Parts: sequence; C-alpha cells; structure tokens
Amino acid sequence: MINFTQDAGFGLRGRNKSEKRFQWAGRGAIAISLAFLVIMFFSIISTGLGALQQSQIAVTVDLSAEEVDPENVGDTSFNSLLKKSLRNAFPEVESRKDKKRLYGLVSTEAAFEIERQITQDPSLLGGPQTLWVTASDDADLYISGQVDTDLPEKQRRVSDAEIALLDKLMASGAARETFNKGFFTSGDSREPEIAGILSALMGSFLTLLVCFVLSFPLGIGAAIYLEEFAPKNRMSDLIEVNINNLAAVPSIVFGLLGLAIFLGYLGLPRSTPLVGGMVLALMTLPTIIIASRAALRSVPPSFKEAALALGATPVQAVFHHVVPVAMPGMLTGAIVGMAQALGETAPLLMIGMVAFIVDVPTSVLEPATALPVQIFLWADAPERAFTEKTAAAIIVLLTFLILMNLIAILLRRKLETRF
Amino acid sequence: MPDGTLIITRSDRPRWRDNIIIGIMAAAAGVAILVTLGIVLSLVFETIIFFEKVSITNFLFGLEWSPQTAIRADQVGAEGSFGVIPLINGTLLISAIAMAVATPLGLTSAIYLSEYASKRARDWVKPALEILAGIPTVVYGFFAALTVAPFIRMTGGQFGLEVASESALAAGMVMGIMIVPLISSLSDDVINAVPQSLRDASLGMGATHSETIRKVVMPAALPGIAGSLLLATSRAIGETMIVLMAAGLAAKMSLNPLDAVTTITVQIVALLTGDQEFDSAKTLSAFALGLLLFILTLIMNVIALRIVKKYREQYD
Amino acid sequence: MKQMTITPAAAPDPRKENPAMEQAFIQARGADVFYGDKQALFGIDLDIEEKRVTSLIGPSGCGKSTFLRAINRMNDLIPICRFDGSLTIDGQEVYDPAVDVVALRAQVGMVFQKPNPFPKSIFENVAYGLKIHGMTPSKSEMADRVEWSLKSAGLWDEVADRLDQPGNSLSGGQQQRLCIARTVAVAPKVILMDEPCSALDPIATAKVEDLIDSLREHYTIVIVTHSMQQAARISQRTAFFHLGKLIEVGNTKDIFTNPREEQTQNYITGRIG
Repeated sequence: MINFTQDAGFGLRGRNKSEKRFQWAGRGAIAISLAFLVIMFFSIISTGLGALQQSQIAVTVDLSAEEVDPENVGDTSFNSLLKKSLRNAFPEVESRKDKKRLYGLVSTEAAFEIERQITQDPSLLGGPQTLWVTASDDADLYISGQVDTDLPEKQRRVSDAEIALLDKLMASGAARETFNKGFFTSGDSREPEIAGILSALMGSFLTLLVCFVLSFPLGIGAAIYLEEFAPKNRMSDLIEVNINNLAAVPSIVFGLLGLAIFLGYLGLPRSTPLVGGMVLALMTLPTIIIASRAALRSVPPSFKEAALALGATPVQAVFHHVVPVAMPGMLTGAIVGMAQALGETAPLLMIGMVAFIVDVPTSVLEPATALPVQIFLWADAPERAFTEKTAAAIIVLLTFLILMNLIAILLRRKLETRF
Repeated sequence: MPDGTLIITRSDRPRWRDNIIIGIMAAAAGVAILVTLGIVLSLVFETIIFFEKVSITNFLFGLEWSPQTAIRADQVGAEGSFGVIPLINGTLLISAIAMAVATPLGLTSAIYLSEYASKRARDWVKPALEILAGIPTVVYGFFAALTVAPFIRMTGGQFGLEVASESALAAGMVMGIMIVPLISSLSDDVINAVPQSLRDASLGMGATHSETIRKVVMPAALPGIAGSLLLATSRAIGETMIVLMAAGLAAKMSLNPLDAVTTITVQIVALLTGDQEFDSAKTLSAFALGLLLFILTLIMNVIALRIVKKYREQYD
Repeated sequence: MKQMTITPAAAPDPRKENPAMEQAFIQARGADVFYGDKQALFGIDLDIEEKRVTSLIGPSGCGKSTFLRAINRMNDLIPICRFDGSLTIDGQEVYDPAVDVVALRAQVGMVFQKPNPFPKSIFENVAYGLKIHGMTPSKSEMADRVEWSLKSAGLWDEVADRLDQPGNSLSGGQQQRLCIARTVAVAPKVILMDEPCSALDPIATAKVEDLIDSLREHYTIVIVTHSMQQAARISQRTAFFHLGKLIEVGNTKDIFTNPREEQTQNYITGRIG
C-alpha cells in the first residue's frame, strides 16, 4: 500500500523540520537587517530632535542712554552690560569663580544677539528691557532635561552650583525652550549652541549644481552615443568595460584624482564647490550613463524605425523620437546619481572642503564645505552638544535624500505607465 | 516631385551637422576613458616620485607604518617608515569582519526573497533593504562611533574583555550591514537566473524546497555568487567614512577584532587633510596608497564582473 | 458525468480485465484545475492502469500537461493554481491535506520536456535522489544502485568510464536517459513523462522509446506526447484531451483505428491540432 503522508519514510520528519529552520533563517536575516535600520533611524532621530529645540535665558538689560549711546550703538560694550545684568539678577553670587560660572550660562554669542536685537528694533533703547538670549550648550543640556542629576557631580558637565542657578532661572520663568531657527539660518561656529547648517547646505547645493551641469549632459551624450551610434568594435567594448569598472572604483580615489589634477595640475582654487562638483561629476558619470542607457533601451525600436522610414536621418530619428521618450528615465538616473553625490564625503575631504566655514558661500569659487562633511566635522567635535547637532544635520541630509529618491520613484512610475 | 525623377542618391541636406553631433556625443563617451586615464596617470606619477624617496620594497614589505616620526633626523628623505603591511592587515581585518556579517545576512535574505517570499512581501522588503544602500556612509560612521562602538565596549567589558574604543569589530559590523543590500540584490539576480527546470527536476524527485536550494540552486549559482561577494569585498576595502570615524589611526599588526587597527583609506585621509607640503614623502605616500587601493579593487572588480558575465551567458 | 466524456464504464472496464481490482491504480474523478480565474481542466474522469504505458494526447493547450502535473502536484509550485475533485493513486487521495508532497514526489517521479541534468557529475546526478531520501547507507551500495539505475536507463555502457564528468557534457538523448536513470534510482511507483522526446533527434528518440517500453515491466508510466506516432508505438492506453476536457480514452489500437468520438477522429486525421 502506497503511503504519501509524512510517515512514508524518507526521513521526512527531520527533513520537514530542517525546511522550517531554513525558512526561519531567511526571515531572521531580513529581520536583523531591517532591525538595524530601525535602530539606527531611531537613535539618530531621537538624538537629533533635541538640536531643533534651543534654550534661551531672559536677561534684563539696562538700555538707558547712560549705558547705550543711541547715536552710536556700536560703541557700547554689550558684553559688560550683559554681565552686569546677570550679576543684578543673582546678587548672591560674589566670588570670582562663581561669577565666571554665572556668565557661562549664556552663550558667548549672547552679547552680539543683544546688539542685533537693538539694531533691528531701536525702540528698545531708553530703559531696562527683558531680552531673550541663547543659553550656553551646557545650560541647554540641563534646561532640556538631558542632565542626569543622580550622577555624582564629577561625572556630569553641569555642576551643582550651575544647577542651582539654572533652577532659579527656570522657577522664575526666565528660561525657555524655543524652535532653533538659527540652526537653519546660520553657518558653522565653534560654539555648538549657535552652530548652523546653512553654510554647509549652500555649499552642498553649489557643489551639486556644478556636478549636475557637468555630469548630466556628458552622461546622456555618452549614453546616446553608446546605445544608438557606437559601432560594435573593440573601442566601444573598452568604453563599456571602463564604465562598469569606474562605477566600482572607491570614491576616495576620485578625490586623489581631483587633488592631483584639478588642484595640482590645473591650479583650480582649493576647497571650492567648483572642484568638489567636478570630482563628484566624474563619480556620478557611470551611474548616469548606465541608467540612461537602460532608459534608451526600453524605448520600442519601432519609434525609431518609423522615423527612419519617413526619411529622417538617424540623428533626427534618435533626437526627435527616442530621446524625448527616454527623458524621464534619464532624469531618474540623474537624480539617483545626484542623491549619491549629495551623500558623498571622502572625495571632498581630499580636495580640502573640510575647512571651517562660517560665512554662507555665494559662488562656486568661494571656499565651502558640504553637508556630509559638516556632519563628519561635528561628529569629531568633543563638545557633547555637537552630537545633537550632528544627528540633526543627518536628519536634514536624509530628508533631502528621501525627497530626491521620491521624485525619482514618481518619475519612474510615470515612465512605466507610458507603454 | 509629382512628375520629376526619383532621386535616391544624395540629399542636399548637410551631412556634416549630424556628424558633428555624433562626434560630440562620442567625445562625451570618451570622457569615461579619460577619467580612468586621469586616475592612473595622477596616481602613478606621484607614486613614482614617492618611490624616489622611499624604496618600493620598504613600502610593500615594511612592517611598520609611522609616516610622522623620523628614524634618524640626519637621514635625507627618511621622514618615517612607510611599510604598508600593517595597513593591509587592518584593511583586510575590517573587511573580513564586514563580509562575515554581510555574507550570511545578504545571502539568506536573497534566498528567502527570491525563493520563498510572496510577491507582496518582496515588494515591501526589497525597497526597505535598498534604503540601507542609499544611506550615506558618513551616517553609518556616526552611528558606529556613537552607538555601536560603546555598546561593543560595554558588552565586552561585562565578559571581562579588553575592547578598544575604536575596535575593528564596530567598524566592520556596521560596514557589514551597509553591504547587505549589495550582496542580496546581486545574489538575487544570480539566483533568479538559475533555470526553473533545475528546480523542477529536483522538486519532481521529492526533494524539499530547502534541499533543492542548498543542493541544486546554490551550487549552480555559485560562480555568480562568488562574483557578487568579490564585488562586495572590493566595496568594503575601498570604504572610507565608516572606518575614518569608527576605526583607529594607529597602524597595528593585529588580527584581534577587539583591537583598534587602521586602514589604507583612513591613512590616505589622515595624510592629506590639513596643511601639507606637496612634495614631502608623507604626502606622496598617500598617492602610493591610493594606487595600491585602486589596483587591488580594480583586479577584484574585473574578475568579479567577468565571472558574473560568464555566468549569465551560461544560462542565457 | 459530462456528455462528451467517455465514462470509465463505457471504456473497456479494467475491472473486467482484472476482476480483483476494485479501483484503478491512478484514478481521477471530476478533476478540475484552475489558473486564477481560468479553468484549464473540466471534470476529468480517468483511470490509469498499473504497469502499463498510458499516453495523453491532444492539441497544444488542451490540458494534457496540466493533468500530468496534477498527478504529482507539480502544479502546487504555481501559486495561482488550484485543484478540485479527486485524484487517487493506489487508493490514496493525492490532494488529501495529510499528504506530504515530498513523499508523493519521491514515489511519483517525473521526466521533463527538456533534459535538465543537474550541474553535477553523472554519478552525482543519479545519486542525488538516493542521498536526499537517505536511501543508501554505504558507499558501495550507492555505487551499485547508481550502476543499476544507469543500466535500467540503457546508459551504463556509454558512461561507465566517465561517471565523474558533468551531466551536461552528454548529448541531448543521453542527458534525457540520464534524467530517466535519476528518476528510476529512487524506485518510484509511477513515472510521469512530459513530452520527453520533443527536444531530441529521431535516433535519440528511438532509444528513449525503447527504454520506455522496457520500463513498463516495473513502473506505471504516464506520458504526454504531441506525436501520435509515438503514442501509437509505445503506449497500451491512450487518452485524448481537447480544450481542457477528456474526450476519449481506450486501448491505443482502438483509439487510432476506430475512435468513437468525431473529435478524436478529426485530431488523428489532422483536421484539428
């Protein structure tokens, strides 16, 4: 009698168990990779959100004509004015050491902030005014509740004395948390509480602009030639192999190329978006060529044949009937390439885009840095508050990458529904 | 031409315009060759100058890497020792850890996705894995240095192990995760290229699905998978940011994953960032390292691409 | 019962030929197969006798291969494919939930249209099934079994001196006989063959046909073929399928010389197909 059940022999029970184990191993592998992704995102977002909030401290500054000459605001020492008002707020602080600690609660930029507020609104002048200034990075940690007061004093950055001062400020409503606008509107700084990403963002934008202007025309030109016109010979084989290999060359090697040729041989200005863009253009070229060729290949040959049969020259046929249809696909490739370039760091380090840039660059010939390089620099900085900034900058970078990829996906969808 | 003769010999349209357009596009394609040429020439040129200052055997076989310290102050050209072996040791150690993490994860994911997962699951999981490939390496570097390295140090400490704060294990593990999507998507293609008839034959004889995969599909896909692993290894060797942020700077001969080691790429960055004279042996050695890195990865890529191509032809 | 279908009662009744048998060895009753919304087989009632060669013939797309693949549940590999009705082998319901397809396929082997040896040596190809089913404990037993299988497939003399060479280094006909050797190695009760000679030249076809004829002694063979001559040469019973329905089944000689149905007549004379 035939038996088709699990009891038929053939060691089936064991084999079925190992089948199950095998499937679970597969699910486990996927789960591990995705769990890593989730943990990484969670860790970065939870760290970075703090940097989008900023602590401010209210100080009552005497802006009467005695202290500030209304005709000549710039001559005032706002720094001593600020210190004075802090002393007034805490009359109990007497020793030199304690005073220094008190001044350390506000950012070193606080005096400039007062000056800026007066320049923007001269009507403040004439008497005592309560103004909000940025708290120092350590004070910010405490105000935003990131200091574990259970730790022994030596193991935390904020001392008991500082905590006493801050508690008093918070109790009187003289400390608050606001949205950190400055993070998006100012450049880098040595002081974490006022460091922003605008200079790096602008640097990235200018670099990508140069990269796109160079790599897109070159990339689609090369793709159209290779796909539609190149004779099948050793030369085109060589180019083909070349492009595939270039796509796998480590990015740092492109940086060395930029250093030796663009900076060393051509003498182009160091640290500039121009050179950065040129290096990234060479890197993204293979990506754009490969994607554009795939887009061209997906156009039905009948389009071109129909044009040729009507007496169009091959160039006309390709440019009138093949290229327009393939354009969304080629743009998709370009966007994916640009997204890659936006996240690229190592080659930019090679050509000196690691400079400390406070001013927002306005042309491709000014020294600049880029967003991922800024992340690298901040990640290296010793201040605890820069960790938050780094994570926040990463959130901004990932947001841009997600946007670019979304656009690419939408374009691809549009292309797919066409035929 | 209603009553004229039919002319099919030459049109009076200028041909040269088309030829110029084609010429320009051919030149664009030629840029690809120029880039390779530029890489090779710039690296080789600087490397030759470097070898005038430091002998090639010292470079390739030297066991000590310390470009800053002079051996003897009076010796001309000897700014330090430039033995590349410790760097290769560190590079291979971290790459090996990365591959040890990425190979099982990437391969089993690829097998599950191509052989078991429903189309719906595949449509969700594949793009999710691709996200891992799209995250900039500087982000991985930050995560490795901020979260993974302290975690490993702490865990190791609980078992009484001495773990360096910039351990090779942290950098390698994070790099491994980064490489998972590369291996899984390449292997996925390779596994899908194995003809269905082989699966049918095995299943038709009463092999279970996993026996079919292990004993028929994987052996048949082996060359292609080897190619994809080779590509992934080359990617790990050339990776810069993760190791720059999470691995050490000191060159050390060690095979212990808990030690801090340094890599070729880290040293290139360390030698070239900051101010430097262009002609010193220290600066030039970065180009020699670059050339070494380029040759190493190029060989692996060429072999890998050839294997994959040959494999595809076998089943086409 | 569908009108056009020749019921088993109307066909030469196996029970009359063999009164001890209550049920045909392989027996389909009201078998429907669906691919998604499309129905590929309509209420097939078919009896297949033990240790005989049964041919399934009909124009392409008639469902003969679908029926064949329903017997060892190879259709399960297509996610949208669904089976309704009953199909028994030796009284065991194939579509019973308790059935393990691995056990089923180990006893109901299959030979495919295109020779598909594994990318392994000739020896390993034949040993594959023995190994996965854990059927041979010792090395020498394994070698004996492989030799016996290759001899059964009439391939031994041609490959005895090169067992370690890759299976796909053989010629097409040899590869197909290797696939048959691989199948008989695990001693199945039934061998299903899906157009096994369609990729072979006439000489190789003749060899495979001789082999099939000799295997009849030990195995129940069901073969799908597009060649009526082949069906006539090698099979004792023939079933004619058309548009997903079983039109007629009977002794091969009767089907080809004296078909009862007009559609069968039209097919074998070349008017449809």
